[in-house]
Amino acid sequence: MSVLVYTESENGKFKKSAFEVASYAAEVAKQLGTSATAVSFNANENETLGDYGISKVLHIADDSLKTFNAKAYSRALMQAASQEGATTIIVSSSADTKFMAPLLAASLNAGYVPNVVAAPEATSPFTVKRTAFSNKGFAHTQIHTANKVIGVSNNSFGIIEHKTDVSVTDFSVSLDEGAFGTKSVEIDKVLGKATIADAEIVVSAGRGMKGPENWGMIEELADILGAATACSKPVSDLGWRPHGEHVGQTGKPVASNLYIAIGISGAIQHLAGVSSSKTKVVINTDPEAPFFKAADYGIVGDAFDVVPELIEKLKEFKAQNA
Amino acid sequence: MKILVCISNVPDTTSKINFTDGDTKFDTNGVQFVINPNDEFGLTRAMWFKEKQGASVHVATVGGPSVEPTMRKALAIGADEAIRVNAEPVDGFFVAQQLAEVVKNGGYDLIIGGRESIDYNGGMVPGMIATFLDMNFVNTCISLEIEGNTVTAIREIDGGKETLSTSLPLVIGGQKGLVEESDLRIPNMRGIMQARQKKLNVIEPISASKTTEDVSFDKPAPKGTVKLVDSVAELVGLLHNEAKVI
Repeated sequence: MSVLVYTESENGKFKKSAFEVASYAAEVAKQLGTSATAVSFNANENETLGDYGISKVLHIADDSLKTFNAKAYSRALMQAASQEGATTIIVSSSADTKFMAPLLAASLNAGYVPNVVAAPEATSPFTVKRTAFSNKGFAHTQIHTANKVIGVSNNSFGIIEHKTDVSVTDFSVSLDEGAFGTKSVEIDKVLGKATIADAEIVVSAGRGMKGPENWGMIEELADILGAATACSKPVSDLGWRPHGEHVGQTGKPVASNLYIAIGISGAIQHLAGVSSSKTKVVINTDPEAPFFKAADYGIVGDAFDVVPELIEKLKEFKAQNA
Repeated sequence: MKILVCISNVPDTTSKINFTDGDTKFDTNGVQFVINPNDEFGLTRAMWFKEKQGASVHVATVGGPSVEPTMRKALAIGADEAIRVNAEPVDGFFVAQQLAEVVKNGGYDLIIGGRESIDYNGGMVPGMIATFLDMNFVNTCISLEIEGNTVTAIREIDGGKETLSTSLPLVIGGQKGLVEESDLRIPNMRGIMQARQKKLNVIEPISASKTTEDVSFDKPAPKGTVKLVDSVAELVGLLHNEAKVI
């Protein structure tokens, strides 16, 4: 009864979160006295998962699963779990996974706990710590069912190297038409650009930018840092930036290593959404802006002066540290 | 088309969160409860289907009598009928089983839930309902068009969006984008008066087990004092040497 982990890839390449969930699965397996088996779909270099404590990879090479399909992927994982006799399944917190995991849990009669931020606190009863109230709090949650699905928050447990002998086995799944009741028609995504979900650095801006025409410097700053761009709720409501960039309680949560907030005052809903970010920098003209109370570093100043200077200084820094 | 909008009764987004009974329960003292924002975008989209395509719209929730003001608000916004399953919503799996029963008995074609509730953030109820009833499912849905049985939906993915084709019966996990913030409706006096006459059916739960249990809660450690810096050069130095994030 190994621990199963779904390791996500994109165009054949494992996502960074795949190594984090693999590390988590290895830790759970250690606590349960068993081994960790990964399931990958059309991925290359499957043996790299051995660097993170995975001892077996079930690799599914299947053209009908080239594009993510929540129901089909959930059925494939069920078949893998059944073959391995696995009762504990580890997944990430990506949009795709949050689409799929409820289907998997419902089919397996499994207790599903998403947004888990640490290794299990106990294995009997199985207890995990997760965020709740949109990052305003944490819950310690017990899972009472034999089957369990655990969704690990991005950038929470971390990637832990642990060289392990790994075997890669082809695994074929049998899926009927019923698994494909929802079909992908078109994917609109800029490839190679960091996303809010998995970026190590996020550069976010608010109404202090005065208008969408001023976002050039925000994008330039993000480019230099290899960061994703984000925005506050008013900015997305005004249509200055796409909804997908809205960060906060009703938007996306951010768990980056560095979050730079420019011209964002720091409403409670916004602060909740970014509270899992490790280092927060605030640039704001108003020294009384609530965000300063939640930040690590702050500059009181006008974004239109500070940001261009920051871009210059970071260019110099990059040149020196290249 | 018969639509069921599943609604969660949650603390207003401005609420400060506290816990009570030795940190084992959420402290509702002084908290204002509202329709979960993700559900409200879905409810507003359902109103569009009612007005443009003649759909009927019911709303359902799992909860005790204290959630009725939130149900009345949904009726005042324009839902035709409300259903309350009279049980504490102990976990997502339990709630999904109760709502799946409501769907089965009501013969709904489209079930609209929210991507997640902003309190317990489980994000599992819509997908589980779809699985229990073998219906199609689209999560993080930001656009929904229906012609006959044919559905075109757009969902948000990390870093972009994906267009999907599917068919009724369908469950969605909705969010902002289904309608805009400015499309949300504040109930007017007429709506509020009419809501008083609408049916709010209370039904007893089916026997169902919970799979998970929140045994205790805590809050993030308070942040230390912010370090205000005067120069950008100093900031870059601190980010590199102290925080080690660049």
